[in-house]
Amino acid sequence: MPEAPLGGAAALPSPVRPRAALDALLLRGGLWVAAAVLAVGLVLPLATLLLRAFEDQAGQFVGLANFAAYVTTPALLGAAWNSAWTAALTTLVVVPTAFLYAYALTRSCMPLKGLFRAIMLIPVLAPSLLPALALIYLFGNQGMLRGLLMGESIYGPIGIVIAQCFYCFPHAAIILAVALSTTDARLYEAAEALRAGRLRIFATVTLPGARYGLVSAAVVVFTLVVTDFGIPKVIGGQFPVLATDVYKQVVGLQDFNMGAVVGIVLLLPAVGAFLLDRWAQGKRAATLSGRAVAYVPRPRRGRDLPLLGLCLGVAAVLVGILAIAVWGSLIRFWPYTLSLTLDNYDFARFDATGWDSLLVSVRMAALAALLGSVLVFCTAWLLERGTPPSRLGGAVRFAATLPLAVPGLVLGLAFILFFNHPANPLGFVYGTLAILVLNCVVHFYTVAHLTAVTAIRQLDPEFEAVSASLKVPAWVTFGRVTVPICLPAILDIAVYLFVNTMTTVSAVIFLYGPDTKPASVAVVHMDEAGQASAAAAMAVCILGVTLSAKLLQVATGGLVERATQRWRRRV
Amino acid sequence: MLRRMLVLALSLALAPLAAEAQQRTRLTVYTALENEQLQPLKQAAEAALRDIEIAWVRDSTGVITARLVAERQNPRADVIWGLSVFSLLQMEGLDMLEPYTPRGAEALRPNFRSDRSPMTWTGMDAFVSAICFNTVVAQQRNLPRPTTWADLLNPAFRGQIVMPNPNSSGTGFLTIAGWMGSMGEQPAWDFMTRLHENVQVYTHSGSAPCNNAARGEYGLGISLDMRAVTLKNQGAPIEIIVPTDGVGFDMEGTAIVRGTRNLDAAKKLADWAVSRAAMELYGRWYAVLALPGVQPAVRGYPSEFEQRLVNQDFRSIAARRDQILRDWAARFDGKSAPRN
Amino acid sequence: MTDSALAERRAAAVARGEAPYLVVDQVSKTFGTVMALERVSLTVEAGEFVSFLGPSGCGKTTLLRAIAGLDPATSGRISQAGRDITALPPAARDFGIVFQSYALFPNLTVAENIAYGLRGPSWPKPRRAQRVEELLSLVGLAEHIRKYPAQLSGGQQQRVALARALANEPGLLLLDEPLSALDAIVRLHLRQEIRALQRRLGVTTIMVTHDQEEAMGVSDRVVVMSRGHIAQIGRPEEIYRNPANPFVAGFVGRSAHFTARVDTPPGMLQAEDDGCRIEADAARGMLYGNRVEVFIRPEDVRLSRADAGGAGSFAVTVSHLEFLGSVCRLTLEAGTHRRLEADLAPDAAQALGATPGAKLAAAVPPARVLVFPADA
Repeated sequence: MPEAPLGGAAALPSPVRPRAALDALLLRGGLWVAAAVLAVGLVLPLATLLLRAFEDQAGQFVGLANFAAYVTTPALLGAAWNSAWTAALTTLVVVPTAFLYAYALTRSCMPLKGLFRAIMLIPVLAPSLLPALALIYLFGNQGMLRGLLMGESIYGPIGIVIAQCFYCFPHAAIILAVALSTTDARLYEAAEALRAGRLRIFATVTLPGARYGLVSAAVVVFTLVVTDFGIPKVIGGQFPVLATDVYKQVVGLQDFNMGAVVGIVLLLPAVGAFLLDRWAQGKRAATLSGRAVAYVPRPRRGRDLPLLGLCLGVAAVLVGILAIAVWGSLIRFWPYTLSLTLDNYDFARFDATGWDSLLVSVRMAALAALLGSVLVFCTAWLLERGTPPSRLGGAVRFAATLPLAVPGLVLGLAFILFFNHPANPLGFVYGTLAILVLNCVVHFYTVAHLTAVTAIRQLDPEFEAVSASLKVPAWVTFGRVTVPICLPAILDIAVYLFVNTMTTVSAVIFLYGPDTKPASVAVVHMDEAGQASAAAAMAVCILGVTLSAKLLQVATGGLVERATQRWRRRV
Repeated sequence: MLRRMLVLALSLALAPLAAEAQQRTRLTVYTALENEQLQPLKQAAEAALRDIEIAWVRDSTGVITARLVAERQNPRADVIWGLSVFSLLQMEGLDMLEPYTPRGAEALRPNFRSDRSPMTWTGMDAFVSAICFNTVVAQQRNLPRPTTWADLLNPAFRGQIVMPNPNSSGTGFLTIAGWMGSMGEQPAWDFMTRLHENVQVYTHSGSAPCNNAARGEYGLGISLDMRAVTLKNQGAPIEIIVPTDGVGFDMEGTAIVRGTRNLDAAKKLADWAVSRAAMELYGRWYAVLALPGVQPAVRGYPSEFEQRLVNQDFRSIAARRDQILRDWAARFDGKSAPRN
Repeated sequence: MTDSALAERRAAAVARGEAPYLVVDQVSKTFGTVMALERVSLTVEAGEFVSFLGPSGCGKTTLLRAIAGLDPATSGRISQAGRDITALPPAARDFGIVFQSYALFPNLTVAENIAYGLRGPSWPKPRRAQRVEELLSLVGLAEHIRKYPAQLSGGQQQRVALARALANEPGLLLLDEPLSALDAIVRLHLRQEIRALQRRLGVTTIMVTHDQEEAMGVSDRVVVMSRGHIAQIGRPEEIYRNPANPFVAGFVGRSAHFTARVDTPPGMLQAEDDGCRIEADAARGMLYGNRVEVFIRPEDVRLSRADAGGAGSFAVTVSHLEFLGSVCRLTLEAGTHRRLEADLAPDAAQALGATPGAKLAAAVPPARVLVFPADA
């Protein structure tokens, strides 16, 4: 029985145009800013580069002619196939190993878990040249363990797969450790009550619970392998993959049009993998319940001892490779003069920039960490909470997840073509530290963004509604509640950006200016000049900085915890 | 009175300093020269041209050329100093070089300077393709010491030779261009076809072959001799062999980038780059210099080598670069996996 | 008359109690192509406690969020205290809200949570502290002022959320399933507390719930909703005794349900499946042969010994007996298909010998049988 409305009945309900509050408008403005940054740092440069795929050298539009030329080159299919199968093989090796490692970290009672957690991060802390050099020392034709390859050469797919496994392991292990730690303990209780055997519980509870984590890990590993060109260049010999084809076209032949064509080809598997992951993530959101009970493993020798063995094995490999590289930085000349020296650390002897490049790197990484974590976290919050769902938000969300699929080399070139265009008013940043920082933030945006989104989604969705009802602007709640609660995640993001900016080569090699040569580029230069030991020494210095940053995070983590996370304790 | 004198004295004392600080023009110089050459060249040039400051951007030939071409619409470099002549010719074709005949450039050997008027580039030096020969590996594997390119076709070297892929590396192209120049085009293709049987790896980087040979990964690396010096100094057991039956070579040159914002300063540097003082400095590392009559400090090159270089036609090879590379890729690049 | 003058007059009317405090007029809400609310209208008087009741997905929370401005209505009009608030953002409206999840800020203490909205020059520190203490004693948590939410029980957390919502003395209190996350005893206790508090403060309150006992127990009026429409608005007894349609009859309270046809003489119904006949006053005016839906409440079934059944009674067999403390709930089989429920005092059940398998006679007073014309 609808009651008559006050002041006369309206014949037809009129559509409502909600009036936005001032703060809602400002937040929407914030989202536009984020969209602008991503447009300038990602979308427009990529579009500039990709347009080149449809032009000839003189800049005339030629339609698909470049693609036709490329497809008729016999080496293309070979390279695409090589990229696919080395990536698949790496994925097949890394994901199960990382799964067991993560399983041991989250579901067993083995000792030294903290140590194993730290060790698994080693590969992300060092430039990729470090493991490549170590592999040459180990398995090269003069290598200490070359007998293990049974006559096969390390320069080729074997070397690529081994080096990629090392490089990708932490990425997979981190994702899987998170996936395994969020499974609901009550499912295990239920399965045990139903008298399911251990294998059956593993197959029916553990694996399905982690299946989206597995998909994510596989996608990330596959994408990383396909888009990385550093490892195939150094240790791949002449084994052609898509990433080295881009290098060949751009650096060898200065053919940007063909480079853009290969860049697009390279984006395809990466984008495909990425869509698969999005699909899996979408499914996952529906299966996680907010009231899950944390799983606490009980000691069991039959499980703990083999897992401990596996972790010791993996850790030994990771530490061993690192140790070989550190040793390599201290010897005079591999493999003929193995006496130890510190001369390799006197960088001014090898490279005009000397130690300064390390300083440039630290400044660049610190800026990327600081500005990047602010940008990433604020944007993620605006998307998740600060603004109602909109088309702009959807576009920003897509742009945020895109960089994972873009190879660094492609991004670096895109930056030159876009920022150095005479018509670009932003041209003044070219050759400065600012463009390097922007490039690094964009290049590593995706993982940082996903970390921020995960952290924000754990918050009660009604915080903003409550503050609106209390007439408190949303940004006050952001500052008083959201940021303090998410501070550990924000620190994670900052350290992630710092570490990756310190070690990255592929994108920045095209962008540094006379005074802004980063240490990671100096590593490449010294290696190319034949100064392998000095290159290793610089890589070790980079590792020293990234390791310090990580340790600082762990150390201050305690302080931050005490200052902002006191409320988590139940007593 | 005293005050005025003081002011005058002060201004006299400070004037030159202030003037120098104001006038010193910062030139961004792109180069592919070796790291250790940068500091001496910068010091010498800045000493000679007091109002110029040099800021280097150094990278491998391929990367620096790619950057220059990518930046073409809005150049960031003022001067290119020390880049392969093939890259310079490519850029000349793209109309990226400022025509300017440096003072004294006419004195350079005729094929060590641009044939245009005004010139678009000037040569500095040339150096040769060489074989980095690892004596320790040779002993272990009982490899004979090669003295000619033809020696490399010996089946004993099978799987022991590594050379740069000309499609990824500037050095690689210079090497095969050198063979074509010295042997003639068809014989060079025949030579490469037979050499292919012995080559283990075509690397993506031009420096990798010599590095690999120095580390004993392979017995022989085909590269440019400049690369080998650093390695030898570090204690690598390598011998640098310049084959006697024809030399591949690279020439490095200087050019002004069209669109530079510091044209006057760039011209001064270009003038200095062809001066006798500069040539003597190049002679510390290079055997053949663009200015006749300057005695290089490096030794150990065949005496007739200088003569042969003089007859080389860089432009005709540069013009056919794309075709040569495509042919090369079709012949040798398709076989991807390393063979044993 | 200018808009502002009109608004003033309306506000004055509300203040005098002549006009309703909250008016929802023809409000619709669509999410994409899904119609979550379709031309919903209702009014709430000042100081009234109204519940929105319905199964999940019926639109009750959507309506609450439209009133709060969290998900603004697509069309229609909402006015509060004579002011049109339809298009206003939440912060420009006057309400306090409590969510099922409490939505307490976990990193702020109880005091900080409650004082969260007490900002600005009108809330100097001493006044704020005083207000927090006042509110805490109002919800009985004075000793927990320095604790963090994680250190409180669920019921205590919800009380803090309630205190926080009331801190600004809002004109309207919105409760979105406030008790659903709590266990049964706390729930009962807290709902009585909320009602007592609401009476004491006189704040107009709307509560969304799917629990009919909760809605009936505390509300002045209940709004039963189904599929984006209002099925019925009324006092709890009205809703229960005189449901407006089959949905309300079936959703509110327990009942046995079957379809029947209007038979002769007038007021007689014949069940469609087994032909069992039953008399209903409500069917008197209906045309012979019409299909109807019939609902019978358990407390309306009168049982007697099998041999003592009077006119209009029918034979039933006890199939199951549930002892609920104050009543026994009997499940009865009548005929081959019919299943009825009957509530009986335990003593009466014993006296009747109502044990599973026992044969009894059942009758339903014709005035209590709920009959609705079946659509199509």
